[in-house]
Amino acid sequence: MIQRRPFFITFLAPAVVTAVILAAALFEVLQYSVREFVPGSLNVGGFTLDNFTRINRPIYWWVLLDTFYISLLTAVFSLLLSYPVAFALVRAKRDWVRSLLVSLSITPLFTGEIVRTFSWMLMLGSDGFINSMLRKLSLIDMPLQIMYTRLGVVVALVQFSMPVMIILLATAISHVDRDCEKAAANLGASPGAVFWRITLPLTLPGILSGIVVVFAWTMSAFSTPQLIGGGKVLMISNLVYLQGFSVLNLPFAATLSLIALIAALGSLVLMKSLTGRLEKRLAIG
Amino acid sequence: MTSHRLRSLGFWSLVVAILAYMTLPTLVVLMTSVNPTEILAFPPEGISFQWYEKALTYPDFQRAFKNGLIVTSLASTAALIVGSTFAWLVHRYTFRGRGLLEAVLWSPLIIPHFTLGFGFLLLGGAFGLQQGYVMIVLAHMVLVMPFVTRAVYVSLANIDPDLTRAAANLGASPFHVLTRIELPLVLPGMAGGWLIAAVLSLTEFTASLYVTGSRTQTLPVAMYNYIREYADPTVSAISALLIIATTLIMFIADRAFGLRRVLAIDTH
Repeated sequence: MIQRRPFFITFLAPAVVTAVILAAALFEVLQYSVREFVPGSLNVGGFTLDNFTRINRPIYWWVLLDTFYISLLTAVFSLLLSYPVAFALVRAKRDWVRSLLVSLSITPLFTGEIVRTFSWMLMLGSDGFINSMLRKLSLIDMPLQIMYTRLGVVVALVQFSMPVMIILLATAISHVDRDCEKAAANLGASPGAVFWRITLPLTLPGILSGIVVVFAWTMSAFSTPQLIGGGKVLMISNLVYLQGFSVLNLPFAATLSLIALIAALGSLVLMKSLTGRLEKRLAIG
Repeated sequence: MTSHRLRSLGFWSLVVAILAYMTLPTLVVLMTSVNPTEILAFPPEGISFQWYEKALTYPDFQRAFKNGLIVTSLASTAALIVGSTFAWLVHRYTFRGRGLLEAVLWSPLIIPHFTLGFGFLLLGGAFGLQQGYVMIVLAHMVLVMPFVTRAVYVSLANIDPDLTRAAANLGASPFHVLTRIELPLVLPGMAGGWLIAAVLSLTEFTASLYVTGSRTQTLPVAMYNYIREYADPTVSAISALLIIATTLIMFIADRAFGLRRVLAIDTH
């Protein structure tokens, strides 16, 4: 007998089993989010929608807003700092420069969030690197308070997100047709005009996906706001942890993490439709 | 100096400044790890390896490192098996429900790690497996699998379809096509994907915080607990070791398997 689809089941089975386990874990979150909290117990009561109505309090709205605000700031600054690096990475003439730029900008991605957060604690603390240097240069008398502030959290988050932003932007920049730039230059456009009117618009889809990916990614950041924010800066992830491990209100923690998931998914769906429209317009124009 | 030269100089200074911002924290960790005293000084007043000694002999870190090795080797190998077979499945076949299956298995790239970790914590509770290795390995496997799938899928897509077709026409069985033609060509992608998966699993923190317990905690979780209680350069030393190890692994992976291709960074 000739097998029309050799190994189909062999390939399919592991994937299906894994998908079922993953779906079950997510279903547990959903299930807990509609359960009643029994104070002092890890067991949950009957079904209820109270957890969702409880979100509608100013304190939770503030945490949500703050999460959005920090994520947006991070995405914008990450873009501004990543673009020049991505541009240099793609356009550098020498091979070793390109290799060096790739290594320097990508390796931080793999050291893990605890190492990176800890290194920023060493940078930003009142006896940290930045304050020590400023004091040595006699620029300040009292240490600047950067730890436990929103500024400190954003400074660290921007650095975390840059490798991903650089990868996305570099891909977009490498796809720009150099002939378009050459044609514009030959027709008399200054280098600045070539960049602002040709290169930058052609990389808009990459810019947009970079912003949204970093935005969604930052919304689920945990260790940075936890350790650098130190309880003074609360993002939704910290609230989930607080509710789950300190208050032991698992149903409410589940509701909050479900909302975080929906926000992340929502921003990606938004990106898909925006980039789709943008690419269509670029193709026409 | 021409205006072109000037502009180019300005641009490269900007790039160097941004890269300094990106790399300075790493350098500061390395610097403080050899600090001779508990109180940090910049630059350090001497060199001492006492914090490395303390980090390597601290029982919590030792146990966490061992736990991490167990979890990472199991999770990345499981991810290698499931991720590779899944890549083959997607590469070769279309079938009903494929879209849904893909959506579920790619979703860990988007789902916040704390949502996923929390889900596995609750799932573990439902089966009496909370804080046990089974749930930790499953959570890690699901998180790192997309990277294996992607690496293997890219390698499969790069195989000239004529190769497999020719082999089949010359009478090779499906088993031979798979093991003698495709597998050797995909092996570098599998190895690269497996290494990325291992590094990501070894350094994963947020989901691990939810699914591990004090006896099963992995290294990043143990580091987090240490940072919250003590402020000495012990964590700098262990961070420095992690930075050196991951940088080396990624360097080797790039040299041996073309990491840039696996990550889909094309610079040309």
